[in-house]
Amino acid sequence: MTLNWKIGGLLLGTVFFAAVLLVKPIGVSTQFVILDGIIADAVNPGFITQTEEGYTSTNAYMAKSGGKYAANASNPLNYSFVFVLAMALGAFLSSRLRGGIDKLERAAPAIWRANFGDTPWKRYGVAFLGGFIVLYGARLAGGCTSGHMMSGMMQTSLSGYIFALGAFAAAIPTAMLMYKRG
Amino acid sequence: MTSILLAIVIGAAFGAVLDRIGATSPNWIVGMLTLRRLHLMKTILLAIGTGSILMFGGQMIGLVDVGHMSVKAAYIGVFIGGLLLGAGWAASGYCPGTGVAAAAAGRKDALFFIAGGLLGAATYMATYPAWKASGMLDDVAGGKVTLGTVPGSGYDGLTAISGDLLGIALGAVFVLVAFVLPDSLVGGGEGAEVPAE
Repeated sequence: MTLNWKIGGLLLGTVFFAAVLLVKPIGVSTQFVILDGIIADAVNPGFITQTEEGYTSTNAYMAKSGGKYAANASNPLNYSFVFVLAMALGAFLSSRLRGGIDKLERAAPAIWRANFGDTPWKRYGVAFLGGFIVLYGARLAGGCTSGHMMSGMMQTSLSGYIFALGAFAAAIPTAMLMYKRG
Repeated sequence: MTSILLAIVIGAAFGAVLDRIGATSPNWIVGMLTLRRLHLMKTILLAIGTGSILMFGGQMIGLVDVGHMSVKAAYIGVFIGGLLLGAGWAASGYCPGTGVAAAAAGRKDALFFIAGGLLGAATYMATYPAWKASGMLDDVAGGKVTLGTVPGSGYDGLTAISGDLLGIALGAVFVLVAFVLPDSLVGGGEGAEVPAE
């Protein structure tokens, strides 16, 4: 079911290469900010405003770098946002083609159940908190596993190495402490 | 329009490959982070190496436009953010890309990850001025730099070594490590082995 690492690695590397060859390096976490911006502007019109030069926002982070995030949130039909939607579509199709994921596994992965039993709501809580910390951290770092670790180290960028060092320094002990079984 | 088409094609390929290598499954992610099942680590190392060799090789022969490179800045917050992301990544078994892909693949817990992620990103947006004022977002070691110097990239090199050759050499190191890394660095956990789906 899961691809042999030699085939999988070559395929994944080829996708990262194709992205740089045709457009730009892959990144995902910025699009959480873009979706937040879209939601905030829908709830509170005036969150993003158009200026003579482009776009700006009442939020300093959305307005930084000449308002590029504000501009993207105003025009979601841009490369980076559509890329993430298409990524979801690709994963959906791939999952369907391999027969999907069974019911127990859909609620909580096997490794969770091996350590914490059949406790889906506890799992949802940890997934929610985990998501919070992951995206807060990714935005502070300016990128995530895709943008910093994969695209960054592939381009020999110093920041990619700094990020990977931090990520694994926290991830390995956390995983070892939390998941003693499985 | 071309760019939207490319987004759909490359994005869909990325999502499908993430799913097929096991990256949408916390079982494989956590297995990697506990060092018990390094299959996914080998996949990722080979991918970085492959991407690096193709990209820098392509730039040297003029196939790849060096202007497509996009190097992020180095600052203290990159390390702190990396620590935070690492902790959440291990606890949940998801990172931003694989979380979205996993939800699309049918995992319900990944929807909670995305909801938490949207709130986390929004919280960062609200607290950004404090980080900015702290100086922890200020460039260190030159900010947007590559390890070697890549001609025409517009980015400074940390060293004067040819960035293209260094990129290919480091790519080869990633590939080599992928091959020599064992399937597991520590024994299986107590109790039953979790079948990887």
